Amino acid sequence: MTEQRVISRKTGVEDTDYKWGFELDIESDIAPRGLNEDIVRLISAKKREPEWMLEWRLKAYRHWLKLGSEEPKWANVKFPPIDYQDMIYYAAPRSQADGPKSLDEIDPEILEGFNKLGIPLEEQKKLSGVAVDAVLDSVSVATTYQEMLKKVGVIFCSMSEAVKNHPELVQKYIGSVVPYSDNFYATLNSAVFSDGSFCYVPPGVRCPIELMTYFRINEMDTGQFERTLIIADKGSYVSYLEGCTAPMRKTHQLHAAVVELVALDDAEIKYSTLQNWYPGDKDGNGGVYNFVTKRGKAQGRGSKISWTQVETGSAITWKYPSVILQGDDSVGEFYSVALVNNHQQADTGTKMTHIGKNTRSTIIAKGISAGKANNTYRGQVKIMPTANGARNFTQCDSLLIGDECGAHTVPYIEVRNPTAQLEHEATTSKVSDDQLFYLQQRGLSLEESNYMIINGFCRGIFKELPFEFAAEASQLMRVSLEGTVG
Amino acid sequence: MAESDTDKNAPLLDVRDLHVSVGETDILKGIDLTVSVGEVHAIMGPNGSGKSTLASVLAGRPEFTVTHGKVLYGGQNLLAMLPEERAREGIFLAFQYPVELAGVRTWQFLRASVDAVRRHRGLKELSIREFDKLLDEKREVVKIDPEMLKRSVNEGFSGGEKKRNEVLQMAMLDPTLAVLDETDSGLDIDALKIVAEGVDRFRSPSKAIILVTHYQRILNYISPDRVHVLMDGRIVRSGDRELALELEKKGYDWIRESVAA
Ligand SMILES: Nc1ncnc2c1ncn2[C@@H]1O[C@H](COP(=O)(O)OP(=O)(O)OP(=O)(O)O)[C@@H](O)[C@H]1O
Ligand SMILES: [Mg+2]
Repeated sequence: MTEQRVISRKTGVEDTDYKWGFELDIESDIAPRGLNEDIVRLISAKKREPEWMLEWRLKAYRHWLKLGSEEPKWANVKFPPIDYQDMIYYAAPRSQADGPKSLDEIDPEILEGFNKLGIPLEEQKKLSGVAVDAVLDSVSVATTYQEMLKKVGVIFCSMSEAVKNHPELVQKYIGSVVPYSDNFYATLNSAVFSDGSFCYVPPGVRCPIELMTYFRINEMDTGQFERTLIIADKGSYVSYLEGCTAPMRKTHQLHAAVVELVALDDAEIKYSTLQNWYPGDKDGNGGVYNFVTKRGKAQGRGSKISWTQVETGSAITWKYPSVILQGDDSVGEFYSVALVNNHQQADTGTKMTHIGKNTRSTIIAKGISAGKANNTYRGQVKIMPTANGARNFTQCDSLLIGDECGAHTVPYIEVRNPTAQLEHEATTSKVSDDQLFYLQQRGLSLEESNYMIINGFCRGIFKELPFEFAAEASQLMRVSLEGTVG
Repeated sequence: MAESDTDKNAPLLDVRDLHVSVGETDILKGIDLTVSVGEVHAIMGPNGSGKSTLASVLAGRPEFTVTHGKVLYGGQNLLAMLPEERAREGIFLAFQYPVELAGVRTWQFLRASVDAVRRHRGLKELSIREFDKLLDEKREVVKIDPEMLKRSVNEGFSGGEKKRNEVLQMAMLDPTLAVLDETDSGLDIDALKIVAEGVDRFRSPSKAIILVTHYQRILNYISPDRVHVLMDGRIVRSGDRELALELEKKGYDWIRESVAA
């Protein structure tokens, strides 16, 4: 296979544990602070969107107003009220005002920035075997491997381009999995979403390379509201990766994304995330609020949607990648590692809604807590009356490092069909002194020993990641725990 | 031992009047033990007498407190060293109860420890091929199925498999002082032979072995230079191979009585 596929590494920023925290010095086109109908219109106009898109945004905006800035309160996370009028909803590198350009037109500062992140975009240097859509603040700046994908009929481009060039697909599927009225953050996103990735895989096509979107927040006080839509047509397959980082800021930044997946008959979508947004400093200052709605619809018979996530960043993570198992014999999977340290909070899990017959879902969630951090797994398994022979297996494991952190498991189960079979297992463990001593007796330092145990704990999840992402994931765990263990 | 001689002639291990406690409880109450390279010492004694405690203290287990005495290893103050430093300096402990490491593949665990130890000794890291070759060779000796190396360390291993895995680790790490804590317990007759021969093969003029055991059987394969009896935190009797045979015949009571007298 290939050599150079690691997605992020040292960036030359010193004196900090967060190695992706540098800022790009680029001129940006920034909308005035605050949210109102004009801002929504401005965003749509900036993107030269068709009327139907603007109308959809406005519907969402008006719905959001009715919600009266009432965020959902049920999650086990605490944060001061967010002032939605003090935020910037659109920022684009000035040089990119007209959307993604051919690579030789991209601002060299931007190219250099992505280079530093380990995501080279230039033709000669680009990651082999991975097509990348690079999103900076509110816009997509480049997508690699376009030509090669075009040959097999795969559409992979920024959302803005898709709205322009493939309106029939976007109009048909946008909001079909996550309607604009779904929840507070999804509604906000629907009104102001700036960019994101779009992918369509035609019938019977196995996408020959991994697709990846790399999200980067750069501007201060901007929210990032990207929207991703992936459609796998009958009998197709695609593996999609998502990575994210942000500069270090003293203030919190809001990231409210929406991801929608649609799998038709016998299609399979594998969606992997390495979430490494800036988590804030050791005292809990700054950091990204990661409030994300991700949902897939296994719409066709025999279709399959699989979410794998490794969540190490963000001050707060609120995220429940879910699957609606609509087609008969469809499959939903959720594999997750969520690591929290210092003052980070994570409330994450999944929702599996079984509608079709003989649908099967698997949930394996691993939570690691260190420092003063709190980790909650929240999962729902819902078996509808139509779902004869549905099966679910759920396993939640928590690992505690130190005595000041917490882990909570909140399963909701709703079974409305007596033929359903559900299994649930949960464990909580600590890294034991016996294990550490055993490893040290074999010559490993205390720190190495801890990582080895933590990696072992995550093994079942890491093996679900594409090969090159797995090494990256274990590296991320290490960086996130630096100074905590050993 | 000559008085003014340098480390070369010093014993490999020199334990002097070692007192150890856990919390408020005294467990070792003045141990003296000298082991030189080339030697095999057997330590026997009733349950709870402190054999594993002694083995653990040599390896640096943090929960034990040394309240008095000292331990020199190759002339160095062993008690000042971290557990991993002791391991890298050549002390190996085969655990009485090997620990399970969920999700950590045995192969990967062995590789990491071999790397750590070799790095410390200034040897170059083994390539995967070299490592696998070495592993194959050592694995054969203790008859461990290669499939087992793909499994998590000790997880779901039978009692005997765990013990053989300890011997494999010893063979891979090539220590100078191997402390084997009841590595012969819980083995069937064939496995005992395999393990004992594995240990005996390890014996060399430049290495030493401390063998904690309840049975003189293993001593048929690995003939000890000295046999010590540990009772209530003290070495109450030392002798040669004959002492082990005598214990097997007579039990511990006669020693207990002679100590009390
Ligand atoms: N962590 C501990 N806390 C309290 N007591 C301990 C601890 N570790 C050991 N002990 C006690 O110290 C004594 C010696 O234990 P040790 O394990 O060294 O015995 P042993 O000679 O190895 O016994 P066996 O033959 O059964 O393996 C026992 O009474 C044991 O209960
Ligand atoms: Mg013992």
